[in-house]
This record gives sequence, C-alpha cells and structure tokens, in this order.
Amino acid sequence: MYEFVTQHGPVWGTVMAIGQIMAFVIVLLLSLAFLLLMDRKVWAAVQMRKGPNTVGAFGLLQSFADFIKFVLKEIIVPAGADRPLFLLAPLLTFVFAFVTWAVIPVAPGWVISDLNVGILYVFAISSLGVYGIIIGGWASNSKYPFLGSLRSAAQMVSYEVSIGFVLVTVLLMVGSMNLSAVVEAQAGGFWNWHVLSAGMLPWPAFLITIPMFVIFFISALAETNRPPFDLPEAESELVAGYQVEYSSTPYLLFMIGEYLNIVLMCALMTVLFFGGWHAPFDFAPFTWIHPVFWFAIKVVFFFFMFAMVKALVPRYRYDQLMRLGWKIFLPTSLAAVAVMGGIVVYSNAG
Amino acid sequence: MSRIAQTLRGAALLDFWGAFALGMKYLFRKKPTINYPFEKGRLSPRFRGQHALRRYPDGEERCIACKLCEAVCPAQAITIEAEPREDGSRRTTRYDIDMVKCIYCGFCAEACPVDAIVEGPNFEFATETREELYYDKAKLLDNGDRWEREIARNLELDARYR
Amino acid sequence: MLPAAAFYILAASAVISAFMVVTARNPVRAVLFLIVTFFSAAGLFVLLGAEFLAMILVIVYVGAVAVLFLFVVMMLDIDFATLKAGSTGYLPLGGLIALVLAAQLALVGLAWVSADGAALQFQAPTPEDTHNIAALGALIYDRYVLFFQLAGLVLLVAMMGAIVLTLRHRDGVKRQDMHRQVNRTRAEAVDVIDVKRGEGIG
Repeated sequence: MYEFVTQHGPVWGTVMAIGQIMAFVIVLLLSLAFLLLMDRKVWAAVQMRKGPNTVGAFGLLQSFADFIKFVLKEIIVPAGADRPLFLLAPLLTFVFAFVTWAVIPVAPGWVISDLNVGILYVFAISSLGVYGIIIGGWASNSKYPFLGSLRSAAQMVSYEVSIGFVLVTVLLMVGSMNLSAVVEAQAGGFWNWHVLSAGMLPWPAFLITIPMFVIFFISALAETNRPPFDLPEAESELVAGYQVEYSSTPYLLFMIGEYLNIVLMCALMTVLFFGGWHAPFDFAPFTWIHPVFWFAIKVVFFFFMFAMVKALVPRYRYDQLMRLGWKIFLPTSLAAVAVMGGIVVYSNAG
Repeated sequence: MSRIAQTLRGAALLDFWGAFALGMKYLFRKKPTINYPFEKGRLSPRFRGQHALRRYPDGEERCIACKLCEAVCPAQAITIEAEPREDGSRRTTRYDIDMVKCIYCGFCAEACPVDAIVEGPNFEFATETREELYYDKAKLLDNGDRWEREIARNLELDARYR
Repeated sequence: MLPAAAFYILAASAVISAFMVVTARNPVRAVLFLIVTFFSAAGLFVLLGAEFLAMILVIVYVGAVAVLFLFVVMMLDIDFATLKAGSTGYLPLGGLIALVLAAQLALVGLAWVSADGAALQFQAPTPEDTHNIAALGALIYDRYVLFFQLAGLVLLVAMMGAIVLTLRHRDGVKRQDMHRQVNRTRAEAVDVIDVKRGEGIG
C-alpha cells in the first residue's frame, strides 16, 4: 500500500490503493453470495431437500434477494440496550473479517499488503473477532445474548491457542512469517504441499503436518462458531445466542462477517497446508489454469467440507468442547511445535 | 485397552468419515421435495380445510339453523342467528365463522345433520388482514358454490367409512 | 508526511482513549477504551518498524488479556455513581499524592543527564540485512536465552501457583467421564424386557 503512495505520488497512489482494496472487497462479497448459497444447497442436499431454487436459475440469486430483504427491514434497537455499542458490534465483526484478507495471497503478487509478519497479522486480527460478539452480547442488555457471548468468548479464546501453535509449526517449516513466502515454499507439485511435505527429509513430516491440519480444521470450526461448535447460538438453549436482539442490516453485517471468517479459514488452510495458488502438478495441462483459479478451487473445496461438517456432525456439549480444546488440541499442537522445531534444527544442521 | 482403541478411533476421525460417506450418498440421491406452488401433494378426502356452506341441487341452502355446530364448536368460533323465512321455513339470518379462532377440528361438519357446513379441500386462503378471516354467510355460501364438486366427491369417497 | 500524520492520529487516539479509560462512567466502556489505547500503541510500534512487537501487543493484550478483563467487568454489576459518592472527600489527599508523584516525575525528567553516546549503547539497533523478527529472535534465543528461559520458568511457576491456590476438589460433585460416556454400548444402556400384562416390571 505504502509503496503505491511512494511510487505514484500522494493522490494517484492513494486512489490506486483504494481502488485495489475496493476491487478485492467486491470480488469477496460476490463470491461470498454464491458460497452462502452453496452452503445452503449442500446442507439441503444431504437432508434430501432441494434448498433455495426459486430466485434466479437454481436459486442462484437467492443471496441477493436475502440481501435486499435484510437491508429493507427495520433496525430494532432494544430498550435498555447500549445503542452505540449495539450498533458498533456488528460493524466490528464485519470490518475485522475483511481486514484479515489484506494479507492473503491469492496468486503470485496478488496480495493487497505483502506483510513480513503476515501470519502474526492474521492471528492478531482473528483474535479481535471475538469483540464483535462479546460487545454485541453485552450491549443487547438481554440474558440470552449475554450468555451466548460469554460462551463464544471463552470458546474463541481457547481455540485461538491451538490455532496459534499450528501456525507456529507451519512458520517453523517455512522459516518466514510472510504468507507469500509460505506459498512459495510449497511449489513443485502436491507432494510438496505442507500437508504432505515430502521435501522435508529426513523425516516423514506428514506424521506431524496431517494431524496439525486436522487440528487446524477443527479449531477453525470452533473459531468461526460453526456447527458442531455453534454453542454461542445454540438455538435449543440460547435461542440465537448473541444475535437474538439483532435484526435487519446489523444482523446482515454479523452474518457476512461470520461467513467471511469461514471463507478466510478455508483460505488459510489452502495457503498454509495445501499449496495456496500452486497446481497439484507442475506440468503442462495443470499450469495452463491461472493460479487464482487453483486457489479458488481449493477454498471452495474446504468450504464444501465446512458445509458437510455442518450437515453431518451433531452439536458438542460445552464441556466436551472445552475438553477438546484444552486437553487434546493444546498438548498435541504444543508437542508438534517442539518436534517440528527439532526437525528443522536437525535438518538444517545435517 | 478400550481407552487406547477409543483414542485411536477418535484421532483417525473414523466416525466422521463414516458419516461423510453416508452424507455423500444422500447428497446425490433424488430429492423427494415437492415444488410447492407449482406441484401439490395429494390430499385425503377427509382433509379439513376452509369451511363452506352447501346448497341442494335446486339452489336451496341446506342449513336449517339447528345450531348444533355452534354448540359443538370447541373454539366457539361459530355464531348463528335464525328466524322463520316468509315461506315459514326456518333459516339462518346470520352464519359467521371466525377463522382466526377455528381449530379445524371438523366437529361442525360431524354435527351437521344435513351436511350443510363442511370443511372443504381448500387450504390456501391466507389473507393479509385479520378482518378478511371473519367469514360471514355470504362468503361461506360462495365457498360452497365454488368448491361443491370437490366437496361432493370427497363426501362420496368417505361415505362408506361413516 | 504520511507517517507523521499517522503518528499524530495514533498518538492522539492513544492519549484521548487513555483519558477516557479513567473518566468513563461505565466500566465496560472503560475496558473498551483501554483496548483502543492498546491498539493505538500497536500502531505506533508499526510506525517505528517494530511489526513483531505490534502484533504481539495486539495478540496478547487485546486478544487475550482485555477479553478476560471484559469478561470479568461485564459480569460485575458495578454502579459507579454509588461507588464514587464519597470520593470527593478523598480529593485533597489524593490530589496531594498525585502532585508529589508528578513532581517526582518532572524532577527525574528534568534532572536526567545522559553521557555522550550512552543512547547508542542502550539501544539494540536492527541489523541491516535481516528484518526485525529475525533480529529479535537472535537476541532472545541466542544472546539472552538464559534470561528468557528463566522468565518463562517464573511465569510457569506463577501459573501453577495460581492453579494450586484456586483449584479445590470438592467431594460429592458429579463430573463427566468422557471415556465412559463414549464407550457405553447399546448392551449396557438399553435393556429390552418382555413385560407380562398386568404384572409390571416388579
């Protein structure tokens, strides 16, 4: 961003930077509309339903219809709510969900900000996502949102820890916190992707990276409050958790933020473990497809997996959730960090 | 021992993969969904939908104002007023059903000695205001005229079970 | 021009929100202003070229510590009006203490004389060829590894101490035994009984 300003002067540089961000945001929002539809379609199909099929061909425009409906509805602020904070909370969720995307490289050089501390940045911003929920729950001045936000805060803080350790394992393998460098390190075919990491001799590194990937996937589910860890909005006990009092556009912002975080987690899995924009084979027919499509295909695949998990797995009990995070994932990922550090030092020395 | 086996099974996500295979199987199954406003499911002859007051084939209304339906209605949704007509026959001057109160139990149709009040096969009578759901005699007779063919058929089909 | 503007904006927001932390009537809002302060400080770190410190500040203080603050403060029902009711009585004494502290700070600030070149000896400038994470890593894990590990040990002991002090095992409390729950089979859980009519299960 800053390079733009230094290269093209304060006016054109700023305009170009903002233009780039706007383009990215619009593409993200448009693809989110269709991913949302895909989520509902997959979920419906597993339950032998058709899902939305009326607006547009195959219901393709359903998300846009929903968008218009949400925007046109009346915003209801409950009496006794902390009005500014009540309206700030969904904005926070929405903004933080977008801000993280600034460092995700979608193709060689296609990244808004090529930060040196990209992984840390992602981790830092995703740890802020909890504020939208916690403030929203508190500002609603109602008991179900409050209980929901407490649950959510505890859950997200817990799983943040294991996600952090998984990130540390990956950055130990790469030796850089720059996400573009992380992707570059996985070039040359699917066996070099971090989830298999055949390049990491003299040790079958997939013994560590595959469990790490699984931990990341499950922690991502918990981090984004997706089923089976959607306890903050467990409808059978908390009505809708922190979203109970929200309606109209603020609810829409919450929902977009939530789904954007899910897609972000899919993108992170792609970047960290599945070779980012790289094709599975490094020769002719596969390299013809533009890298950005490979990235998109992988993200959509992981989103499909998220949708399937939502359709298949029943909701966890809260104590089971906490046990899984603190007693299983945390020790496992901590051990993996230690072992991976050992491997890196050993293979560098040898 | 079982703890170790349990841990290994959990770590390999065996349960999840089983569920995933099942989910994928159902994902590609043919969907039994009925595309509602365009396709409709079959209705039983006993279906209890919107009420209607029927007429005899010569156009004379069946209702004799016996008020059995009014008496039996558990939701007290029916209001009837009656007085003799010029020709001396006893008829209703007012026959109102509050469709908001109605619970569609069908007792009125059961109670009716002349098959005048019936619950027809129509279930698509949602309205935008409450007032439209306060049916009066004219509306009910109109329903009867409109749905007479289906109602007669349903009564005939169900007659042997009564 | 741009970095200077960013500095003034961030510094102003840090100072203003720090002031608001003290004056906010609502404790939850006070914590939220504290978060804004942390955030502005992180921004200042970025301006200094210390991205790593900025990120760690956000992760540790905003992402974890402040969440716990918020957690506690949200659940307490504090009415600051009643709490502050008698506080004006303490104003003379409190003002005096504050004045003394401020005077001390001013004295230290004014009387501070540094030798020539001392500033250069204090700071550990980032080497030219690596970025600051690598430099910081070399410093922590290489030059000061013993102190780093000792600090870690102290924190570990503190954490264990906190757990030991607060953990009580009460008898007669039913707890979840996950393995027993998951390992329960149908044979253990369900018993199909052919009940004779009129006799019951007995």
